[in-house]
Parts: sequence; structure tokens; C-alpha cells
Amino acid sequence: MTLNGWLQILVFCGILIVLVKPLGAYMARVFSGGRTLLSPVLVPIERGLYALAGTNEREEQHWTTYAFALLMFNLLGTVVLYALLRFQDILPMNPAGMPAVGPELSFNTAVSFVANTNWQSYGGESTMSYFSQMVGLAVQNFVSAATGIAIAIALIRAFSRASGKAIGNFWVDMTRATLYILLPACIVLTLIYVWLGVPQTLGPYVDATTLEGAKQTIALGPVASQLAIKMLGTNGGGFFNANSAHPFENPDNISNMIQMLSIFAIGAAFTNVFGRMVGNQRQGWAILGAMGILFIAGVGIVYWAEAAANPIMHAFGLQGANMEGKEVRFGTVMSSLFAVITTAASCGAVNAMHGSFTALGGLIPLINMQLGEVIVGGVGAGFYGIILFIIIAIFVAGLMVGRTPEYLGKKIEAKEMKMAVLAILCLPLAMLVFTAIASVLPSAVASVGTGGPHGFSEILYAYTSAAANNGSAFGGLTANTPWYNVTLGLGMLMGRFLVIIPALAIAGSLVAKKTVPASAGTFPTDGGLFVGLLVGTILIVGGLTFMPALALGPVVEHLMMIAGQTF
Amino acid sequence: MSQSKSASILDSRILIPAVGGAFIKLNPRTLAKNPVMFVVATVSVLTTVLFLRDLAVGGDNLGFSFQINLWLWFTVLFANFAEAVAEGRGKAQADSLRKARTETQAKLLTNANGRDYRMVAGTSLKVGDIVLVEAGDIIPSDGEVIEGVASVNEAAITGESAPVIRESGGDRSAVTGGTQVLSDVIRVRIAAAAGSTFIDRMISLVEGAERQKTPNEIALNILLAGMTLIFVLATATIPAFATYAGGSISIFVLVALFVTLIPTTIGALLSAIGIAGMDRLVRFNVLAMSGRAVEAAGDVDTLLLDKTGTITLGNRQATEFRPVRGLSEQDLADAAQLASLADETPEGRSIVVLAKEKYAIRGRDMAGLKATFVPFTAQTRMSGVDLDGSQIRKGAVEAVLAYVGGGSLPVSGNAAIAASPQSETVRELQAIAAEIAKAGGTPLAVARDGRLLGVIHLKDIVKGGIRERFAELRKMGIRTVMITGDNPMTAAAIAAEAGVDDFLAQATPENKLSLIREEQAKGKLVAMCGDGTNDAPALAQADVGVAMNTGTVAAREAGNMVDLDSDPTKLIEIVEIGKQLLMTRGALTTFSIANDIAKYFAIIPAMFLAFYPQLGVLNVMGLATPQSAILSAIIFNALIIIALIPLSLKGVTYRAIGAGALLSRNLLIYGLGGIIVPFIGIKAIDVVITALGLA
Repeated sequence: MTLNGWLQILVFCGILIVLVKPLGAYMARVFSGGRTLLSPVLVPIERGLYALAGTNEREEQHWTTYAFALLMFNLLGTVVLYALLRFQDILPMNPAGMPAVGPELSFNTAVSFVANTNWQSYGGESTMSYFSQMVGLAVQNFVSAATGIAIAIALIRAFSRASGKAIGNFWVDMTRATLYILLPACIVLTLIYVWLGVPQTLGPYVDATTLEGAKQTIALGPVASQLAIKMLGTNGGGFFNANSAHPFENPDNISNMIQMLSIFAIGAAFTNVFGRMVGNQRQGWAILGAMGILFIAGVGIVYWAEAAANPIMHAFGLQGANMEGKEVRFGTVMSSLFAVITTAASCGAVNAMHGSFTALGGLIPLINMQLGEVIVGGVGAGFYGIILFIIIAIFVAGLMVGRTPEYLGKKIEAKEMKMAVLAILCLPLAMLVFTAIASVLPSAVASVGTGGPHGFSEILYAYTSAAANNGSAFGGLTANTPWYNVTLGLGMLMGRFLVIIPALAIAGSLVAKKTVPASAGTFPTDGGLFVGLLVGTILIVGGLTFMPALALGPVVEHLMMIAGQTF
Repeated sequence: MSQSKSASILDSRILIPAVGGAFIKLNPRTLAKNPVMFVVATVSVLTTVLFLRDLAVGGDNLGFSFQINLWLWFTVLFANFAEAVAEGRGKAQADSLRKARTETQAKLLTNANGRDYRMVAGTSLKVGDIVLVEAGDIIPSDGEVIEGVASVNEAAITGESAPVIRESGGDRSAVTGGTQVLSDVIRVRIAAAAGSTFIDRMISLVEGAERQKTPNEIALNILLAGMTLIFVLATATIPAFATYAGGSISIFVLVALFVTLIPTTIGALLSAIGIAGMDRLVRFNVLAMSGRAVEAAGDVDTLLLDKTGTITLGNRQATEFRPVRGLSEQDLADAAQLASLADETPEGRSIVVLAKEKYAIRGRDMAGLKATFVPFTAQTRMSGVDLDGSQIRKGAVEAVLAYVGGGSLPVSGNAAIAASPQSETVRELQAIAAEIAKAGGTPLAVARDGRLLGVIHLKDIVKGGIRERFAELRKMGIRTVMITGDNPMTAAAIAAEAGVDDFLAQATPENKLSLIREEQAKGKLVAMCGDGTNDAPALAQADVGVAMNTGTVAAREAGNMVDLDSDPTKLIEIVEIGKQLLMTRGALTTFSIANDIAKYFAIIPAMFLAFYPQLGVLNVMGLATPQSAILSAIIFNALIIIALIPLSLKGVTYRAIGAGALLSRNLLIYGLGGIIVPFIGIKAIDVVITALGLA
């Protein structure tokens, strides 16, 4: 580890913190229906869309209606995307002449993009036509992110309103998230990426003759526009197979920094939106503080592990960091930082191969996802995820001040507890149960690329990434098999919708409650004590479940590496 | 009752029956009420069957699996024992109450107005029956005195042997079945059928038989069940992982890991905590009609307290004589003393005392003076004496002014009166009265033969230490509101002296009720106490309504708690008990969850050591062998239940230090402590069992 390295990490954190307030203010205005800079242009478009869809902007929905609308919208999205992939060969904009995508892979990919996971069992440039990328995948990149934002906004309303019934209108929240937040930002980002050298073309792949005289096909496409939403919407699905390690998808350190910032921007700003809408910005900063502690700790461990590298190499006199699977232009620091960011948020884009990290370097991305991606997290998803942990933390510790637990004046009772527990339960269910089956099923074990505990980590990482809706891969595992395509698809569905429905149910229950005014007997949730409590709860409640699995994967791998054995 | 009050937690009279109780509670239907313990019992049955199979076919490691089995069952038994001990403490009280409920004969009146009655069994009485109760009789059932006045011994329910007065018509008309009339005769209208009387309810309450889970307890149970499920997933998937690694895990080890990880500590003690909370109230002579009320008490934001008896001593005392111009204090004192000689009210007596102490006016004999006492009536609102043809009167300022012909005139009012020679004196007297009222006192005007003499300053004496109590409540985040019939000026002065946050002056049942509604509309929880029938709507509306035992039947029905000692100050303690109950639950839950870290460090290396010896590094406690590590963890897990029984019965100490400070303190003790203690405990047990050669 070097001072220079830490300075780069600090620069990232500094810019992010500066972004939080203005972005938070803007988003809070958008979702409260206030006027913004973009209103003159966007309001007519928004009105037109509502008129076209027959939606009444002012009509708010009960949580069940909201959830139903959301589920139907996502179901429709899945079916349409599945069809697009299955009929890719006869659809336009296919200069490379890609064949139709097979049924299991189409199912897996459709679910993956609708669930904001972007797990890719395929290589983009060798599987997808431009049409599939732009009309299929990119559309879901936008709306799956908007879906996450809508849920988080609905949940925030539940706290800011008292004795209400409705939590907002799903169609309106979705439209505003896309129109006012994602689209304008993506237009700007696309232009920046193009300026930095990312291709943006509908032209065919280019054939080149190398110096040795060999023929080489260089894949191109509308990369910059895909890249913008891939990062900002924490989708993470690469245009190319190598994802953000590909020079066309991440040319230099500036594009790398912009990509890292856009992964966290909306998620971090959400804490501020929350603070503003509940009338105390400190509440938001406290949540961001807890996220920040876990984040910095994760970055520190990965950076340390990657910089310290491998004692076996040292024994051969090879000094320096672990550079296996890393791009030289990013180096140890930016690869470590990127890995932590992409798994802390539910992005899943990679600029280095996580499977090539040291055991401990790979452990942190796993833990980040297993905690439910609540360290900033996916757009919206990270916020409603951490609210679930807050509910548990407040419930247990809140009792210790001698009052029945309440958060921001809302009593946490049996209904909220039931829903929070259900949501938290579904992650270990999908991650551990599928991993357990896959690790004894011979056909599934056959997909594993490496022996020993590292092979186990590959399976564990795949299901963890799917259920956490991350989408990053550990590498090594051949996941494009019917078994993995189907089970990973199921894992993604569980990890997405079995959390969303309880989260909306909590919103519906909280919005109906009175707001109890705070007093000296209420425990303050905007201070350091709360931050510490939340960090502890996330680690103990979210993390302990995975201790045995982690012990058999990265932990034992690390101990074996110290003893001189690698995989 | 008084005996059980001193019963300590380690009383053998409770502990010995509780051991039996622990086994009786193994009944699956009883266990099913507690999800965590039900799961432990289920896996214990499973491992027992497996052990017996191994025993039959001669498996390996029989000693080890026997011990695991043994401690699994101990875990369940210890949980049952905790509950039995908690219930046992209530049983002692229930037994003494049962004695009071013994079969009584009732004198059922055949004609409501007559004196003819026939003897019937107490249990056959119906609501609305009217019975005659004479000196020496046991009151057959709960009811209301409709005629007569009697002294009643209520020791059976309150433990207080001094008799109390029960009379018809007032706020002291309720009588309780099982109490004994000591003198006089009363007619009682029966208000409760057999089986649902006050004593019946008390018995079921203290025995915990009718205990319903409170809302917060239900929510906590959901969390505990959820954590149990999560750890089912965490442990059930281990064999598959181990298979991948080329190893295998014994089912006994797996079950041991599972049981130590799930929140058995809080699961085992949860119901004991609830019972003990109720029990603490009962020991305090307060009966909660539901556990919900006890929980609500912890949440109270606003406390409505009656001024008289709670904030001030019941009686006002004369502290000063303020004569009008031209008269000496001595003259006023003399007249005031004469007017009060036969006045037996505490105020009257305090006037005599003040006259004697300050002006050396000695007591005089009414008969010797040939004086006749004129008692206070609601019409005149004055009292006094007639002697030697002169009349001395004292009373409320308006009443005395009306008596002297001044009326309650406004200062610059009626021209005719303003012009009268007395108008100057009237104004002066009113000024003095206003001054006294402003200082929080009650002015009492004195007149002789139509001439105003001056004003006696009666002062409310604020109870010692009450100011500090309110400051403490403020730190808990509780707002205190004083309720008084006084005028706003007087109320403000006393409120300032006592340090309450707010007051409601000239309180009527209606504005009391609307105050409660107002507070509740702001989302606050309100507690109050009351005794009169006119308090009943407010008691019912309040989230915590404490009815005084001396109160009317209506008040007792409306409240959700009854204070047997009829001490309104207790509201403060009730709030503390409610808070303590919640805190104990939270503290033990935190402790239980925090324990898991150490247990992982004990069991994981032990479990995987056979195929991943490298994981031995995680054995940070240096436990002797894998078997001793696993045994130590499960033994610790069982013994910690026993160790925490006293805490769960006594409750975590509540300190009024503000929520933030309280939380950090408890997090430090139960959170950090919960992480560290098991490391030490498991290591110690490991040392012992290794020394004993058990593993």
C-alpha cells in the first residue's frame, strides 16, 4: 500500500461526498413534484407520456396496487426481452449476423437484466446483436434502475408521511426516475465517454490485419451509451465480455474514475434524499456514515491483500503487488477500489478479474454482496436494503432505551419485523441453498474451473452475485449451462422480488402510522452511536450466516496460501 | 402478600417446585408457544433417536454424542426452569389470594328496600343482585355500595391491615369480594359474576395463566424465529459444502452448532422476563389488566398528574394573615382562630396552629364562649361562628364578598358599590387575594359582622423531592402535566414550584378528556390516574389509565391498571417498570446475538479440522480438542440461561440519563459484553471438562 494509492481512494471519496448534496436536493425535488432546471423541457414530455398511458399523475396508490403495477411491469419486461433474444436472428440491426439466443440463456439474461443484476452467462460481442443490446438490454438497464429508485422513494414517503394510505404512484415515480434523473445524466455521460475514446457506432465490426499478418476482428458498437446507463443504473452488464477491463469500455483512469463515481452517485445521494424528505439531513448522513465505514474497511482490506500479494511469489524474489487479472493501466489501487465499489453497490461491472484476486481480496467482494449490498448499494435497492437492517437494529437496540422501538417516529412492530425478516431471509436462502446443491451435484461441479476451496468460492460467488443482484462473476466457472442458467435466474428473481415485496409492505404499513414526536427518551438516530449500531447489526445479522461457507472458501484458501499452497 | 414480597430469587420454596415444573413444561403443546425452544426440543428428539440407534449398533464416540444430547436437553429444561421460577413467584401470591376467595355465604336481599334476606352461596350471585353485608361478614363479590358506610379490612388484596372507609354515593363506593366489613352495615349491588371478580383476575394475572403475548413480544418472537430460520439455512447447507471439500460432518456437531447459534438465551428467558415484569408491578401493589398496558407504560410521553396528593401534600396550610388597612395581624388572627376553632378540616386546623405559633393565641373552648359553629355548606361556601351576637365568617373571597354585600364586583364596576364606603376595602382585599393567588396560594377571606377583616394565606405544600422526580422524568423524555381545579394563576405558581412542564387549571372531566385526545392526536402516549366516576372517560381514553383501588367501580373498569395502595405518585414507578421490561428484553436479545461470534470461533475450526487443518488458526481460544470445543460451546450456551435467570427476573436497571447515554451504556454491557463473555466462558468450560476428562 502506498500513500499515493490512498490519496487516489480519498479523491474518489471526496468527489462522491461533494456530489451527495446537490444530487440529493435535485432528486428530492423531482420526487416531490417540484420544479427543476429541466422542467421546461421535460414536463411536456412527462404529461404526454401520462396522457398516452392514461395515467393520472395525482392519483396515488396503496402499497398493494403499487406492488402489483411494479410486478406486472417487470413481468412484461421479462417476456419482451426473452422474445427479443429468442428472435434476435430475424430482427434488424444485426451486422455481425448473431444467431438466436438459446432458451435457458435467454431466460437467464432476461431475468438478469430485469432484476438489475446483469449477470452475463455470455460474451456480449459474440452473442448479442446491436438491436438486442439497445432495444432489449439498454431499455431494461434504464427501467430496472428506475424500478429500484421508485421503491426507495415509496419507502421514504412512508417515513415522511403520517397516517396516510398511499405511498405514491408507481408509473409516475418510474417515469420521473427515468426522465429526470437517468436519461439526462446518461446523455452527458455518453458524450464524455465518447470524448474519452469509447466507441459509439452502429457500423459493423472492423477487420484488421495485424503486423504479423494475422486477421483480427475488432468488435465495435454503440458502447458509450450502453456504458453510461450500465454504471449509473448499477446494472453492470458489459457491452463486451471483458466488461470495464476492455479498453473500449474503459479507456483510461479518467473514464475509470467517472465509472466508479457513477456507480455510487445515485445510491449515495439517496441517503440525502431520505434526510431531506424526513426533514433532517443528518439522518441521511448517519446512514451514509455507516455505509462509509464498511466501505473504507472493505477497500482497506482488499487493497492491503492485493498489495501484499502472495508469499510464495515473494519467496521466489518476485516483489510487488498481485497483478494477475488486473489491467496495467488501472493497477492495484484502482482495481481494488473498483472491485469493492462494484460489489458494495449492486453493479457487477468489473475492471479486473475478481477470481484472480488473492483469497482475502476476493473475500470482501463476496461479503459485500452477502450483506445484501447495503453499502451504498444499487440505485434504490441499496437504500431499501439498509432500511431493512435499520429496522432490525432499531428493534433490538431501541428496546434498550426502555421504549417500544421507533424509527423517525414510526413504531416498529410485528408487521414490519415480519417483513424485514422475510426480506433478509431470502438472501441466504438463495445463496446458500443453491450453492449447497451445486456443490454436490456432479454436473454442476463439472463447471468449476479450479480445484480446492477456490473452486468452491467460484460456485458460492456465482449464487451470491445472482441473489444479491450484482452480476459480477468470479471467473473460472462455466456458467452457460442449463443448470446454472436456470438456477442463477431463479436466484436473481428471489433476490430481487422477495425483497421488493416485503419492502413495499413495510412502506404500506409505516405510511399508515402516526408519527410519534421525538423526546429525550427517544434514541437519536442521527449520531455516531446509531452509526456504530447499524454497522454492528449489518455485520452480525447479515454476515454471521455466511461464516461457515466463507471459512470453507476464501478463508481456508488464504490460510493455505500462507502455508504455500495455491489454486 | 407481605411474605412473598420479601421472597428472594433464590428462595428454595420457589426453586424446588420449579425443577418439577421444568419437566412438566416439556409437554409439546407448552413448548410450541416458544418457537426457539420448540426447535431446540425437536432437534434434541432427533439426536436422541440417532444416539439410541448408535447405541444399538455400537457407533463411535458414544460418550461425546451422549454429552451433546444431555446438554441439548438441559438447554430446553433450563428454559422451562426459568419460566417456572418466574411463575413460581406469582403462585405464592396467588395462594394467599385464593384463601380470600373461599366460599362465602351472602345475604341476598329479597326486597331492595327491606331488610329481609335469605342466605345463598356467594358463587350463585348474579350481576345486579343486592346483598346486605354486616359487621364481620365477608363481602361476597365485587360490587358498589348503594347504601350505608362501613369500615372494611382490605388486607386480603392490599396487604394493608388498617381498615378503609367504603360509603355509598362518593368516589369510595367500590368494594371488593373477599374483603371483610369490620363495622356498620352496607347494601351492595353486585357488579361481577363469580369467576370474573377482581380477586379472580388477580389470581390469574399473578399466576401468569392468562398471560397473553404483548405486541412487542410478538414482534420479538418473529425476529427470533427468523434468526432461527436463517441459522437453519446456515447449518443445513454445511454438509454439502463439506462434501465438496471431501469431508463429512457428524450430525451431532451440526446440531450443536445450530443450537448454539440460534438465539436460545433470549428465547429461553423471554417469557420469564414478561412474567417477572407483571410480577414486579404486582409486588408494587399495582395490577395491570393486560401486558399491553405495561408495555405502553414504558412508552408514555405525557404524564397527567393530579395536583392534590401527587404533587402537593393533600392539605393546604395557613401560612400568613393579611389584614386590610387599619387592622393588625393580631386582630385578624384572633377572628380567624375563632372562626376555625370548630373547623375540623385540615385547613381549619392549620389556621388554629398558625395563630397559636405566630401570635400566641391559645385555643379557646367553644362551649365556654357560648359560640355556635356554622359549618361549611355548598350554598354559602363559608364556615364560621356566631358568638355574643356577632358573626365571624371565613370562606372563598367571592363568597365572603357576597356575604358582606360587596358581591364579586369588578374593581371598576357597579357605580353604586364603587361609591360605597366599603369599596376601598373591597378593592384592597381583592388585591391581597390576587397577590396570594399569584404566588400559588389560596386566599381565604375573613369577615366579622359584615366588615371585611383580611385574608388568610393558605398554601399548597409541594411534596419534598418531587421536583427532582420531574427533572428525572424530563430526562426520560416524559412531559408532566399537572391537573388541578385551581384557577390558572394559582396553578401556574404551583406548577413552577413543583417543576412540572405544563398544567391544566380549572380542570373538568371534559377538558381532561380533551387534553388527552389532543396529546394523542400529536402521536403521544398518555398516562393518568384517577378515582372518581367522572374520571372514567379519561381513564379509558388514556393509554395507561391507573385507577385507584379506593375509587368507584366505573373508574376501576375504565382503567387498565389498578393501584391497590391508591397512591397516585406510583404512576412514575409504573413507567419505570414498563421501561425496565422493554430494556431487559432488548439487553438479553443483544447479548444472545452477540454471543454467536465466539461460538463460531469455537465450533468452525473444530468442525472442519479433519479436512482443513489450516482452519486451526481460527481456534483463537486455544480449546483443547475439537470435541471439547464443541462441548464447551453447547455447555456455555445452556449454562448462560441459568446464569441470566436472576437478571431476567430482576430486570435491567433503569437510569434516567437520556436515551443516548442509556443506549451506549447498555450496548457496552450487553453488546460488547455479549461478544467477550462467551470467549472467556467457553475457554473456562473447556479447561474444566478437559481436566475432568469429559472430552
